[in-house]
Amino acid sequence: MRKIIGAIGVIVLVIVVAVGTLTTRTMKPTKIDLLKEEYSEKHQPAVDHSLFPQLNKEFASAKEVTAECITCHNKRHDEVMMSNHWNWEREEYIEGRGIVSIGKKNAMNNFCIGTQGNEKSCAKCHVGYRMDKKGFSFTDPNNIDCLICHDNTETYAKAPNAGGDALPTLDLNTIAKHVGTPKRTNCGVCHFYGGGGDNVKHGDLSSDMFYPSRDIDVHMNVDGMDMECVTCHKTENHVISGKMYSLSSMNHNRVFCSDCHTDTPHEQQILNEHTVKVSCQTCHIPTYAKGKSTKMAWDWSEAGKLKDGKPYHEEDSLGNHTYLSIKGSFKWDQNVTPEYQWFNGTARHYLEGDVIADTTKPLIMNELLGSYADSESKIIPVKVHRSIQPIDPINRILIQPKLYSDSIGVGAFWKDFNWKTAATEGMKDAGLPFSGEIAFTKTEMNWPVNHMVAPAEEAVSCNECHVRENGRLASLNDFYLPGRDYSKILENIGFATIFLSLIGVAIHATIRFISNKH
Amino acid sequence: MKTKKVYVYRSFERFWHWLQAILIMFLSFTGFEIHGNYTFFGFEEAVRYHSIAAYMFLILIIFAIFWHFSTGEWKQYIPTKDNMVAQMKYYISGIFKHAPHPTRKTVLSKLNPMQRLVYFGLKIMIIPLSVISGLLYIFYRYPQSYEIKIISVESLKVIAVVHTIAAFLLVAFLVVHLYLITTGETITSNLKAMITGYEELEIDEDEEVQIKEQAS
Repeated sequence: MRKIIGAIGVIVLVIVVAVGTLTTRTMKPTKIDLLKEEYSEKHQPAVDHSLFPQLNKEFASAKEVTAECITCHNKRHDEVMMSNHWNWEREEYIEGRGIVSIGKKNAMNNFCIGTQGNEKSCAKCHVGYRMDKKGFSFTDPNNIDCLICHDNTETYAKAPNAGGDALPTLDLNTIAKHVGTPKRTNCGVCHFYGGGGDNVKHGDLSSDMFYPSRDIDVHMNVDGMDMECVTCHKTENHVISGKMYSLSSMNHNRVFCSDCHTDTPHEQQILNEHTVKVSCQTCHIPTYAKGKSTKMAWDWSEAGKLKDGKPYHEEDSLGNHTYLSIKGSFKWDQNVTPEYQWFNGTARHYLEGDVIADTTKPLIMNELLGSYADSESKIIPVKVHRSIQPIDPINRILIQPKLYSDSIGVGAFWKDFNWKTAATEGMKDAGLPFSGEIAFTKTEMNWPVNHMVAPAEEAVSCNECHVRENGRLASLNDFYLPGRDYSKILENIGFATIFLSLIGVAIHATIRFISNKH
Repeated sequence: MKTKKVYVYRSFERFWHWLQAILIMFLSFTGFEIHGNYTFFGFEEAVRYHSIAAYMFLILIIFAIFWHFSTGEWKQYIPTKDNMVAQMKYYISGIFKHAPHPTRKTVLSKLNPMQRLVYFGLKIMIIPLSVISGLLYIFYRYPQSYEIKIISVESLKVIAVVHTIAAFLLVAFLVVHLYLITTGETITSNLKAMITGYEELEIDEDEEVQIKEQAS
């Protein structure tokens, strides 16, 4: 009897303990639950601008709206005028060349090459009005375009090729009354269209990100967390955190997943250990350009062909331009698997006028620095954009052509289709020497992929890297990767040992068998 | 001399032997999958199983070490030169001519000189090599800024290569071992002994007395 009571007692105890531990485990919120709770609270504006009488009037121009903004926000224009969005350059330290002023003003890329001489067109994505290569005043605060970032009606827009001026047809009264924290649409109108079209440059920033589904981006998912750009790109005093290494070189003011998710977000410890050498994006952005295609290659040397004396374009089945007389031929791709590089947060840049040492290899416009041996480096996913673009073969410097102009006959390539005059005019605007010769050279530009984060279940699986052949990391060979790497000598000796053991055993057994028969 | 059924392998010894056998085979199988030689479980699962089996192996080893020292069985593995040449000759030629085993197996001396040498090497070299490199494989840390770690490595390569060497040696041992267990009095007598614990052994009178004393 006592035994039975004892046994029942033990069983009851076990059940109580089991239920106790299991329920506490389900009750404890995970890190991700806490984050979801934190970020599900939407931003509530402190004021309603539509109630301010000074905004309740007919504005003749967007510049007048800016002036009205500054009457209340009477310090903010100073912040904007110190920002990269305004100046298009800032001082950066670049390894190997020291402190330089770098930005859209003087860096070059392998898309539309550079802004110099083309300001009127490029300024469609400048946070200011009246940009012109000569006449633009960087000191007049009324030239700040507050609305491009703060319009919450999604109706404000800049005019093309107008030095950054607003469209003349806007309902500025309504817009002025509905301003607020930047939304995805505010950032997106420029950042999703860099390079002259939807998703051309980044690959991970396209119009699909205005209202993305869960598959496109798990954070911005409109049916989920519905996060804005500025939720992660936290901003104080108009200094926006986060940067793109197309123009940046220094390891500061970056945005990391771990800012919210910590360095140990996984339940499995073995995955957390990966975060020392592998960035979050590497596994959690298995592909980019998930909706719209992105430009993968650009051949400027094909540009300038005309049909019946007129420029023309060709499209692929998805409506992507495969050829434009003004720009050359392109390769596009969607759902692209990134390339992978070591990166420690610093980069080198080709700047206007840099002499290219070796013109036989592709020129890397922005070299991402890092290696396995460098404890600051992690593996990151990168979109590599490959181009063939004009170079002065005598001076061995990249050519900054004049592309845009309002009128024919002033040397702009997009009007005259003449490389020589475009180069002559462009190099003159940039203050660079030009020998008169034009050749074309291969260039590569690295675009770290940080957006279009996939749902956890779609993350890259172990065997996509830990595999002998054709893994995602096949090109990173400065370290030992289990499952991929092995010592060839050891492999041969090892299997030879096992094989010889088997042979030896087989021979011994055979002789035993035969001698037994006799 | 007469023979008698003698209790040679005690229950823990047999348990240890078979669990070790299963674990080594399973660790080799999952290990070479992780090494990239084939795909069966998939890398992720192979790593998981390999780690679980590794911890089991570690616990088993701790128990086995305790058992070896508490029972004094460790002395069985001390290498000896006595009879070594004769034993080698037996495997090379004697075995084919039905010559008698040169080393008599007793409860107090279960292993012939070659077994002693090989198992000794296994116990103090290959398994420690495998276990230590395996532990480093699990617990190594890359050097990190602002953090001091004792087991920090610049490269995993050395650890991985040593671990692979131990793995190849263990598999080669397994092949030869599986064959040599058929070279007892009959083809299956060694296997049966390791399963039941009992083996028909030649005994002299002293031993008979000893065994009786142990039994009583």
